[in-house]
Amino acid sequence: MAGAMLNLIMENQTSTNGTASGFEPRIVAFFCNWCTYTAADLAGVSRLKYAANVRVVRVMCSGRVDPQFILDAFAKGADGVLIGGCHPGDCHYIEGNYKLLRRVRLLHRMLRDMGIEDDRFRLEWISAAEGEKVKTVINDMVEKVRKLGPLQLPQRFRDGDKELEGEQLKAEAAHV
Amino acid sequence: MSKPVEEIRIGVYVCHCGTNIAGMVDVKNVADFASRLPGVTVSREYKYMCSDPGQELIRQDIKEHRLNRIVVASCSPLLHEETFRAATAKGGLNPFFFHLVNIREHDSWVHENRQDATAKANALVHAAVERVRSHKALTKKQVPVNPAVLVVGGGIAGIHAALTLANAGKKVYLVEREPTIGGHMAKFDKTFPTLDCAACILTPKMSSVKSHKNITLWSYSEVSRIEGYVGNFEVTVRRQPRYVREDLCVGCMECIDACVFKEAKFPNEFDEGLGKRKPIYVPFPQATPKVAVIDPDRCLNVKTGKCKKSCVASCDRGAIDFTQKPEDRQIKVGAVVVATGFKAFDAKRSPQYGYGVYPNVYTSLEVERLVNASGPTSGEVVLRDGRHPKTVGIIHCVGSREEHTNRWCSRVCCMYSLKLAHLVKEHSGAEVFNFYIDMRTPGKSFEEFYQKLLKEGVHFVRGKVAEVNDWVLDPSEQGKLVIRVEDTLLGTVRRIPVDMVVLGVGLEPHADAQEVRRLFNISCGTEGFFLERHPKLAPVNTFTDGIFLAGCCQGPKDIPDTVAQAGAAAAEALALIDSGHVELEPNTAYIVEEECSGCKSCVPLCPYKAISYVEDKKKAVINEALCKGCGTCVGACPSSSIKQNLFEDEQVFSEIRGVLADV
Amino acid sequence: MSNESEKGYLYFPGCSLKSTGRAYEESLLELFRLLDIPLQELDDWNCCGATSYMGIDEEAAFVLGARNLSIACQTPGRDLMAPCSACYMVLRKTQDYTSKYPQVRREVEAAMKRADLPMPGQVKIRHPLEILYHDVGAERLKNLKKRNWLGGTIACYYGCQAVRPYSDVDDAYNPVKMDELLRAMGVQTIDYCLKTKCCAGVLTGTVPPVGRRVNYILLKEAVRKGAQAVVTICPLCQINLDAYQKEISAESGERFDIPILYLPQVLGWMLGGRKKELAFHRCIAGRRYLNEWLRETKEEEAYV
Repeated sequence: MAGAMLNLIMENQTSTNGTASGFEPRIVAFFCNWCTYTAADLAGVSRLKYAANVRVVRVMCSGRVDPQFILDAFAKGADGVLIGGCHPGDCHYIEGNYKLLRRVRLLHRMLRDMGIEDDRFRLEWISAAEGEKVKTVINDMVEKVRKLGPLQLPQRFRDGDKELEGEQLKAEAAHV
Repeated sequence: MSKPVEEIRIGVYVCHCGTNIAGMVDVKNVADFASRLPGVTVSREYKYMCSDPGQELIRQDIKEHRLNRIVVASCSPLLHEETFRAATAKGGLNPFFFHLVNIREHDSWVHENRQDATAKANALVHAAVERVRSHKALTKKQVPVNPAVLVVGGGIAGIHAALTLANAGKKVYLVEREPTIGGHMAKFDKTFPTLDCAACILTPKMSSVKSHKNITLWSYSEVSRIEGYVGNFEVTVRRQPRYVREDLCVGCMECIDACVFKEAKFPNEFDEGLGKRKPIYVPFPQATPKVAVIDPDRCLNVKTGKCKKSCVASCDRGAIDFTQKPEDRQIKVGAVVVATGFKAFDAKRSPQYGYGVYPNVYTSLEVERLVNASGPTSGEVVLRDGRHPKTVGIIHCVGSREEHTNRWCSRVCCMYSLKLAHLVKEHSGAEVFNFYIDMRTPGKSFEEFYQKLLKEGVHFVRGKVAEVNDWVLDPSEQGKLVIRVEDTLLGTVRRIPVDMVVLGVGLEPHADAQEVRRLFNISCGTEGFFLERHPKLAPVNTFTDGIFLAGCCQGPKDIPDTVAQAGAAAAEALALIDSGHVELEPNTAYIVEEECSGCKSCVPLCPYKAISYVEDKKKAVINEALCKGCGTCVGACPSSSIKQNLFEDEQVFSEIRGVLADV
Repeated sequence: MSNESEKGYLYFPGCSLKSTGRAYEESLLELFRLLDIPLQELDDWNCCGATSYMGIDEEAAFVLGARNLSIACQTPGRDLMAPCSACYMVLRKTQDYTSKYPQVRREVEAAMKRADLPMPGQVKIRHPLEILYHDVGAERLKNLKKRNWLGGTIACYYGCQAVRPYSDVDDAYNPVKMDELLRAMGVQTIDYCLKTKCCAGVLTGTVPPVGRRVNYILLKEAVRKGAQAVVTICPLCQINLDAYQKEISAESGERFDIPILYLPQVLGWMLGGRKKELAFHRCIAGRRYLNEWLRETKEEEAYV
């Protein structure tokens, strides 16, 4: 009985902390309606199993993904951002995915400069038939981000603000 | 003079989907969670939201609780978004005040931990609740449908679909790549299980196509471009030069006799290379259209320009015209039926069966021509070396049900192998062995046909053939092909020497299926056949509205199933056309004029040329009629002055906020 | 010439190449010398884990294989060449199983720990046929060709282990790379339908009548199709076909005396290698034909 209780407590603990390591990455995904979103539906219909860390936001075309969405997701606490679009040449809107690719190239550089590791931001071409790929990409990304640990931008922003405030106070005190 | 701020009153409905969702997601927890979110007036869970009572629930709540936003957490929007939009509209709300959350395909079906799945559902519902606040009332645009239909592929599927549509009074364009329609079926001798003659049932349909007033038949042609959208496609068809004018040729075939090549020496594709033809030819006597065609790779005049051109002189109608060039025809259609068929498995990819190495190894299609009374041997089963076979081995599942070639069952091979066994035995009196893995006869009168063959004395060996070669172990095997197989019923390995081997090759997608798929903006499944919208409920639809599938391009099937599917595709196309108009998603983009800086970065991004720059205003403007709603310009606009209905920045940002909020 | 062949290869001889298959080792070393490709014998190698080990105690076999791989990984940047098809197969299998099956991996890890060796990384295991075909290439062999082959038509015999199931040497059902190399060098080869069939393996030793029956079938079919020599890439295939021709002749009443050669012997000879270095003297059957084909007086005919 006591053992069972203990198990129950243990279980509760792991559930609030995620896994034993205590960190469950939060990943925001932008999937295009025609290929990757449909592929994720197919993964569901095929009852494939993958990590539950990804939250999908549907867009009509990966070309709709504004760099601001990605920055905003990181700023609001995402540990990773995944974009899924049609394979090159397969875009429902002819070449929206290429246009996204251009932005992604630049954004990768910018994120790197900001100290956000490459593995936190990923672009994948997943066609409507590739349910299996949805699974492997998500699992792989969750593992990689898990290894990197939490990004915690909101917390870091708060710490930075506090530090800045402290410096200002110090400067004011010195001035007085 | 701002409008009074409307109080947001959201109704959230969490669907159990029986146990599909409730089995993995704690739906009660999700509903409770949602009820505590700001703006949520009503939050419920229900067994089946898509059922009538489920939809009624939404309608009533809108009335009773004065709801003005609806969130349903159930399955994929690709499945039921329209259902719930309609339910929302029934309650008197604009249907676009609704948002669907996918907690089945994207959640309960793919996760194994109830707590994680529930947390994810909460996050997704949270996002939707945040999102619907900024939804706006929108209306669907109605566009008239062009009543003409394009049918691509002139096999039995395309023929049947074209005739059905034409009989219903619709204008049909039938485009076929080969010089004649008829497809694979025209090559067959008999059809299983009834053994009725393929030509007798097909050729009348082929001539009806030719003579039908509503059908324009373009053979030796391919679709090279397709633009537009459901109801209003603009198609370019490239007509290859056949160097014979279709309007003048009567199919008398004088030109063929007159050709400078006295002997027919080039393999005739229609006879699988077993028969020969000249550079100018008619593929087979019932070819439709019955118009000669000149093979540019064989004709001396086309290749070198040096030829007597005796064919030209022989034609008293002056039909032969070497000045023909490829010609592009533009047509407008409302719907497209894709019926491009299949390719037979290339038996050389299974080298263990010796095709291409041993001349007496044949593919099933070659044998179809051999047993055909109008084939190259007039139905006499005679081997490439001139002998008549005394023993014949038919190997099933070549290029089917194999890990390293194709994994699928090609569905028709068991039955056509039985048919060929019967025909070969009937034509040659040979002893026939069938080597099968499993005997698959699930169709009307199929099993009975198998039983008939058993009684006819055809031998059946259950086991996958390991190899075919000419390895002689004792003198009696000299000059024979040896089939080595594990007979799984006897439990022993057997060597069976035969004179002729027939490979029951499977069906696979055309080599250029990927290009065709891109052309029509449809998808292929993992095996490369075109992907239907839903395997059960939308088997002839694709993910692109207005494009329908028929026949083996969607997956292997026999003639009755192909014809049934072609009828279904025609019916779907008719339903679309006869509705008179299509409704378009109002997800188009528009420019907020006062915020546009006139930088023009959006203009070249639009693949549909919907954006133009107005010089005098120094602003960009979007033509709503041309916009397809991809949102690429929206994502690229540096001043955020382009907005996309249904996917406004504020809506996406609130979704991001929602999925990342603590749950 | 590929990058790999410039760097050279680590070389895992295995037991056969030091005993019954000495002709394979000697001719292979000579061929690679002629091609100017450095080979470095793996330091302190041990049994690959084949035959009895694999049949009786898989774990022991994997551990043996893994030890070799672990040593190979200590010289990074070079592929590991395993000329004996059994070695090639077992080393590949070891790599495959340790990566796919956690249970096997744990066992191997524990053993490696006891031996104070690191767990092997992903060293690429190569068969000489595939190195000759891909890294060296027919073009380079042709350019270096010094002699024509006067030994008539050849049956290329690949055996079972080099082409499956953990292999990427060639197509499992219809390997052609040996034929293609030899044809490029101007040698005629027959269409040998038994080219991947079992050579009888150890049966020639354990159940001789069965083993010799298998050898007989292989030889008979090669001769029937017009082969004057059989070329192999596996020491076990070679010895099985070579050593028992007298007995087979006596038992079948048909006379077999056909040289069974290693691919490096034939290629080495055509590249101008010497008889002795290419170990032709170690061949058992078909000596008189070999003497005829490799006669120095035939020089004017032989040299390109």
